[in-house]
Amino acid sequence: MRFSERWLREWVSPPLDTAGLAARLTAAGLEVDSLTPVGERFSGVVVGHVLEVAQHPAADRLHVCRVDAGGAEPLVIVCGAANVAVGMKAPTALVGARLPGGMEIRRAKLRGVESFGMLCSARELGLAETSEGLLPLPGDAPVGLDVVTYLGLDDVAIEVDLTPNRSDCLCVAGVAREVGVLTRQPVQSVTVEPVAPVIPDTFPVELEAPADCPRYVGRVVRNVDPAAQTPLWLRERLRRSGLRSISPVVDVTNYVLLELGQPMHAFDLDRLSGAIRVRRARAGESLTLLDGNPLSLDEDCLLIADDRGPIALAGVMGGLDSGVTAESRHIFFESAFFSPSVIAGRARRFGLATDASHRYERGVDFELQRRAIERATGLLVQIAGGECGPVIDRVSPEHLPTRAPITLRAARLSKILGIAVPDEAVADVLSRLGCRVEAQPGGWRVTPPSFRFDLAIEVDLIEEVARVTGYEHVPSTAPVAHLNLRPVPETRVPLERLRGLLADRGYQEAITYSFVDPSLQAMLDPEEEVVRLANPISADMAVMRTTLWPGLLKALGHNQNRQQARVWLFESGLRFRRRRGETLQEPVLAGLASGSALPDQWGLSRRPVDFYDVKADVEALLASTGVAAEFRFEPTSHPALHPGQAAAIFRGAEEVGRLGALHPAHLRSLDIEGPVYLFELGLGPLQQGVLPRFAPLSRFPAIRRDLAVVVDEAVPAEAVRVAIGQAAGDMLNDLELFDVYRGEGIEGGRKSLALSLTLQAADRTLLDAEVDAVVRGVLEALEREYKATLRA
Amino acid sequence: MDALTEVVARAGREVEQAADLAQLDAVRVRYLGKKGLLTDHLKALGALPAEERRVAGQAINEAKDRLQRALDGRRAVLETEALQARLTAERIDVTLPGRGGRPGGLHPLTRTLERIERIFAQAGFAVAEGPEIEDDWHNFGALNIPEHHPARAMHDTFYFDAHTVLRTHTSPVQIRVMERQAPPVRVIAPGRVYRCDSDVTHSPMFHQVEGLMVDEGVSFADLKGTLDDFLKTFFETDLPVRFRPSYFPFTEPSAEVDIGCVICGGKGCRVCKDSGWLEVLGCGMVHPNVFAAVGVDSERYTGYAFGMGVERLAMLRYGVNDLRLFFDNDLRFLRQFR
Repeated sequence: MRFSERWLREWVSPPLDTAGLAARLTAAGLEVDSLTPVGERFSGVVVGHVLEVAQHPAADRLHVCRVDAGGAEPLVIVCGAANVAVGMKAPTALVGARLPGGMEIRRAKLRGVESFGMLCSARELGLAETSEGLLPLPGDAPVGLDVVTYLGLDDVAIEVDLTPNRSDCLCVAGVAREVGVLTRQPVQSVTVEPVAPVIPDTFPVELEAPADCPRYVGRVVRNVDPAAQTPLWLRERLRRSGLRSISPVVDVTNYVLLELGQPMHAFDLDRLSGAIRVRRARAGESLTLLDGNPLSLDEDCLLIADDRGPIALAGVMGGLDSGVTAESRHIFFESAFFSPSVIAGRARRFGLATDASHRYERGVDFELQRRAIERATGLLVQIAGGECGPVIDRVSPEHLPTRAPITLRAARLSKILGIAVPDEAVADVLSRLGCRVEAQPGGWRVTPPSFRFDLAIEVDLIEEVARVTGYEHVPSTAPVAHLNLRPVPETRVPLERLRGLLADRGYQEAITYSFVDPSLQAMLDPEEEVVRLANPISADMAVMRTTLWPGLLKALGHNQNRQQARVWLFESGLRFRRRRGETLQEPVLAGLASGSALPDQWGLSRRPVDFYDVKADVEALLASTGVAAEFRFEPTSHPALHPGQAAAIFRGAEEVGRLGALHPAHLRSLDIEGPVYLFELGLGPLQQGVLPRFAPLSRFPAIRRDLAVVVDEAVPAEAVRVAIGQAAGDMLNDLELFDVYRGEGIEGGRKSLALSLTLQAADRTLLDAEVDAVVRGVLEALEREYKATLRA
Repeated sequence: MDALTEVVARAGREVEQAADLAQLDAVRVRYLGKKGLLTDHLKALGALPAEERRVAGQAINEAKDRLQRALDGRRAVLETEALQARLTAERIDVTLPGRGGRPGGLHPLTRTLERIERIFAQAGFAVAEGPEIEDDWHNFGALNIPEHHPARAMHDTFYFDAHTVLRTHTSPVQIRVMERQAPPVRVIAPGRVYRCDSDVTHSPMFHQVEGLMVDEGVSFADLKGTLDDFLKTFFETDLPVRFRPSYFPFTEPSAEVDIGCVICGGKGCRVCKDSGWLEVLGCGMVHPNVFAAVGVDSERYTGYAFGMGVERLAMLRYGVNDLRLFFDNDLRFLRQFR
């Protein structure tokens, strides 16, 4: 809501400057968004009276005028405007004047005639974006008076960002009422004199959907002068509220909207047929709106129709075929109350947002319609003449909103606010707000006014008391609560720990968008069904990610393009996958590593990151569960990953994650430097740890035996480990693989695995013979299962 | 006996001349070893008459002791020299950087979220979570935002279908918590939220922390106290905090909370649009319709809720001047928050 401070001060003028007024409104929940001067600055422009107009001797389009600008002598001013005429009053920029934009007026010779100033148009004074000819000032404008003073341009447009509950303040009258309450100042309402009907003309109105439209007030005005001009003062008020002047009829409806808060519509009476019918649309009906937009309607839409069909989308916008035009002489005004629920959302459904729908869906005072139509017709008759018929007032009283009394308990008020408000103060605030307040034991019976749609239950009143009293008067206290302790499940590995672990191991945390580019998504995870946004903000943020890899890879590209050669990133967040018709929102932890294994440094040669560097980080994450042994890695294939460098991570039978090198084909499509290693782990399994369980320490020495066994390349190291574990039995305390060797001494297609076995018994010192037997058993098993030989 | 004196004198010279521990040991063996020269003298005692033997023996033992002391003394010197030489040889440049990996770091928003969680944990607020793809009941309906309510239009919602949305705020977690837990409730709900809006000051994805306290006797004054306390704790300074009336369908009374501008100290600057105040929070007392939606008796229980924008707090706290930096994931930016 935007309005001029001067306009507001005609209604109520508290002893506050502009900033003070704005601060008071903001402190009461009517947040002042901006204070803007209503015009661009200019000076030295006065009301001038054109005394003579003569043709310029040397230029067809120029006139040489003598203008009384209040000085001792009339000024000679050369003027090019077509509408300059003897007797008119117009803004006159004197020599030395400064116009908006900084132009200074000097004495100048125009085609040989010296000019002592300039007659100005509205545009030249910054009062309109376009204008034709001089700005005519009213005949009673005092000659010589500064135009800034005359037009009240030392004014400020106040823009209030109203919350949706305060539709009552979507007009100057409402803001004034509020300011009156807040500052305890009297409010001078505009006097609306009923306009006596001078013709008998009416127009039939039928309330066919009285629950949607319980009141419809109309009026016929005949013989309006289509050539009439809206007076400057009214145009200025519209302009200062951000509205353009269109024609007297339209301007008057807009003015009443701004002044009283009643949306109005003007029909061309000659284009109406039969009767006005307020009804729901029928399927298949259509309507072309004033803005030329054709709508297909259905029963959800409330219409104003006549006997031929729809003529307006009720409470939103009028139709093109029934609206007033520059030639309209006979008018039918509409001033209606539509139920908020039948307007809410309708404008948005058609991509519209109008001043009318904005107000109707929030609630318009249902007692305002008659006053508004009197105000509008009164203004119109003043401006453009015309003869008014009697006011047509159709109402369905049982469908009008009611204002049921609300019980307000003093105890409840202090319980909610945490402060006792004196009884007199409560009653005072609520009565000033326009409520009827009756004291009753323990509190009050409060009936809100018709213009407040947001006061329906007790807490609505409590808020009003706090708001008007000022939130600063409520103390700040520390809440009191029972100090119960909550469960702390020790087996849950905190996400903070996992994030910290990756950060400590050199990864930088990233946060990427949960919606990703469908083509990137399809490239990296084509087998997953995606969840698609109906209204994405852009085409490349249209589907929900099924893995965090697209976002991380995009971040990698961003960094590589900025000379970052070593990029190690991780992210935790949800991925969105479809399973059995449901969308699963699974928290995962994912990472990416590219560039060198370690930051460049002295004493270590540079080596690109490889699979096992990242695997160590993944293993560290798994180890934080306390049961790393429950997890295993198996070769896998995935469209995003290199087929020879991809592992699925299992915990028991459940696949809990993946690790691998980005497929080299994707490097090229993504235009990034490889290799890139990626991992992603479900947080559910990763956060499920175990409670440590103490095992007694053996008092007997451990014996270590190192073996180097040669197996085929295809035999996975993990298989060898498993076989050793099975063959060695309980005595095997630890098993480490400490070398993998290929080359001289080993035949082609084979590899040597060096393993150290640590054997220990809980109850005795192992004998050499026992250890030898275990090792022999291990070697036999390996030979049997994997054709392993002991390395020579 | 002259021979003894001469042997001792020669041994003394050799001890002094020994250049290292090996030479010194050779000297020891030569004189004091099993076949050493002084040992020979001792062995020769047996041939002497008894009365001379005692005197001569004493002299030899004294000579041996003297020589032993000389050896010990020289050994100590040589050992010290050897250690000194080793220490000199082992000198390194301690200013060279350490080897190995370098730690990465957490995202500034995570850092901020963890800080917020830690602050509220002190007062017993548990962390609650909820889905990001949310149904319209939890995101709107249960929060007293019926269909067609103007507040829905103000949310710039991302839709999947008519009844499924990306949550526009963390407030639905309030509902989910109260659906499964009877009062008293004290939770905060941090997380990602989404609005279909993107420009210099809006990101289509951002983070909020929702807070909810429900108990008997929770008041608006408590809400003020909690948030005043939080903001001063978060910014570690006694900054001015003000509560302005506002409107949210799911709270009443509702407030927006401003802090004195931390950039200009309240004098007015570009960040606070010359007002000296920065809006950082929305809050209010839980609306009875919200309690009704989750079956909590609003006569017995009262509660407050608040929601804060994490990006806003992080920007103010760390002086970040562009929202979009949080989601570019530029390492040069991220590394500043280790």
